[in-house]
Amino acid sequence: MANTESFTSRTFHYLMKNKFAVTGGILVLLVFVLSLLAPWIAPYDPAVIDIKNILIGPSFSHILGTDDLGRDVFSRMLWGGRVSLEVGFVAVGIATVIGVILGAIAGFYGGWVDSIIMRAVDIMLSIPTIFLVLAVIAILEPNIINIMIVIGLTSWMEPARLIRAEFISLKEREFVIAARALGAMDVRIIVKHILPNGLSPILVSATMGIGGAVLVESALSFLGLGVQPPTPSWGSLLSSGKDNIEIAWWLSAFPGLAILVTVLGYNLLGEGIRDALDPRQQE
Amino acid sequence: MIPILLGITVLSFGVMRLAPGGPAEAQMDFSAKASAEARERLRKLYGADQPFYKQYATWLKKFMTLDFGEAFADGRKVKDKIIECLPITLTINILSLGLVLLIAIPIGIMSATRQYSLLDRFTTIFVFVGFSTPSFWLALLLIYILGVQWGVVPISGIHSLDITGLTFWGRLVDEANHLVLPVFVSAFGGLAGFSRYMRNNMLEVMRQDYIRTARAKGLPERTIIYKHALRNALMPVITILGLSLPGIIGGSVIMETVFGIPGMGRLLYQAVFSRDYNLAMGILVPAAFLTLFGNFFADIAYAFTDPRVRLK
Repeated sequence: MANTESFTSRTFHYLMKNKFAVTGGILVLLVFVLSLLAPWIAPYDPAVIDIKNILIGPSFSHILGTDDLGRDVFSRMLWGGRVSLEVGFVAVGIATVIGVILGAIAGFYGGWVDSIIMRAVDIMLSIPTIFLVLAVIAILEPNIINIMIVIGLTSWMEPARLIRAEFISLKEREFVIAARALGAMDVRIIVKHILPNGLSPILVSATMGIGGAVLVESALSFLGLGVQPPTPSWGSLLSSGKDNIEIAWWLSAFPGLAILVTVLGYNLLGEGIRDALDPRQQE
Repeated sequence: MIPILLGITVLSFGVMRLAPGGPAEAQMDFSAKASAEARERLRKLYGADQPFYKQYATWLKKFMTLDFGEAFADGRKVKDKIIECLPITLTINILSLGLVLLIAIPIGIMSATRQYSLLDRFTTIFVFVGFSTPSFWLALLLIYILGVQWGVVPISGIHSLDITGLTFWGRLVDEANHLVLPVFVSAFGGLAGFSRYMRNNMLEVMRQDYIRTARAKGLPERTIIYKHALRNALMPVITILGLSLPGIIGGSVIMETVFGIPGMGRLLYQAVFSRDYNLAMGILVPAAFLTLFGNFFADIAYAFTDPRVRLK
């Protein structure tokens, strides 16, 4: 295990030297903490309607303005961040679990099992994701749980490919052959021996996947198929903002900025992790 | 190939048809007074009373003869509806793709040949921001700034209402004006991806032995970059073009909704919503096939140009 530790600390060392990655980490952390602390730091109740103060622009009392029902945009964005991040994390979790299981099976067993799984990947990659998501959401009612599941079910292909590639290169290595010679069962070899060694590319795809899932959620909510009002998510805030774009720019501008900053953070961090894990970059 | 093609049709069809509430219900929702009897008649008309596999077989048999059937909403041929919408979406996407390649390739070359220069750093930042920008948000901001505040470009539709009174040139200018925002916004996201991709390819190629050989025999740097490196770096870009088709369709759905453009994206969106599965399948399956064929031909092209790749 000593080897793993030094690998981890070395990777972390490279990560900290990368300005982009550090910036990404800070953005990720910032958004995460702000969303987590929403109940304590939100200046207003995000659901309270205040008819006397509708559509006022950014000002001292409402730093990011109010919406068409007089609700405080900043408070709604803090709470919306919780929803958006939650969707991102759970969706990526689902995609990663499916991807790892299918990728591991395909890579380990090869042959016709591999062919079937990889053809399924090809099929999924040929159909526009938005169609699958639209079709499923049109069937199920659009709520947070369904959005998470649908995004998860339509984005497992990349982790599956990555894990498969790792398994193919690792399964012939000596330590696997040794485990096999000792009579370890397939499941044990897959889970205990190969998987821990093949997880690093997944870390990158999951990190960037969270950003991607936040984007998909916002796009869905924007089309009116995601998180439904009155629950705030950044996408649903943007969606209600678009109806007032001509008179209240702040309703659209700030939630979009929040999405941008969050996705940017995860992308920078993910790219940083990739570089830190890539031995070619570390001359 | 064939199993994948079949898989695509089964999956699309399954997702559309296994939904509770088929096309009959979707139509009936608008008229609550419709009797159960009328409902049943409609179900029979659409074949929705038959088991799933039979419906699929019927659909597939027609599809093989390139008969996409009629759209449920208005009974018009799916083919006609597609032919009506396709040029609009194609125009926007070809223009934006052209714009992307026109800008991304030089940017990629420049930032790769001058790695870590000011330009390279700037484009790296731009790439990350471009990747992370929700396209519909950018669209909204531009609509607000350029359309509402400054009023320099029209913000929705594909032409003005009084277009019939215009001359040919007037009409062309009017339509071009309407295309500015959609084309620019569609190009924005792709620009980031392609320039990054181009940069990485160039960096990869510039590390190769044949580049060192070219330098060693004293060729001018221009020749090395534009003749030796660029050609090899461009190959993978072609592959990516094939793979980006599903993404383009997804992007079109959002773009066309934001800008009120009657194109394929909006047609698909409406089709999915009204469970118009003939229409939805008529758009999707050819698109998925194109993606698949695109990848296939890219692989073959690869094998032809790169002797290290062998077709099994």
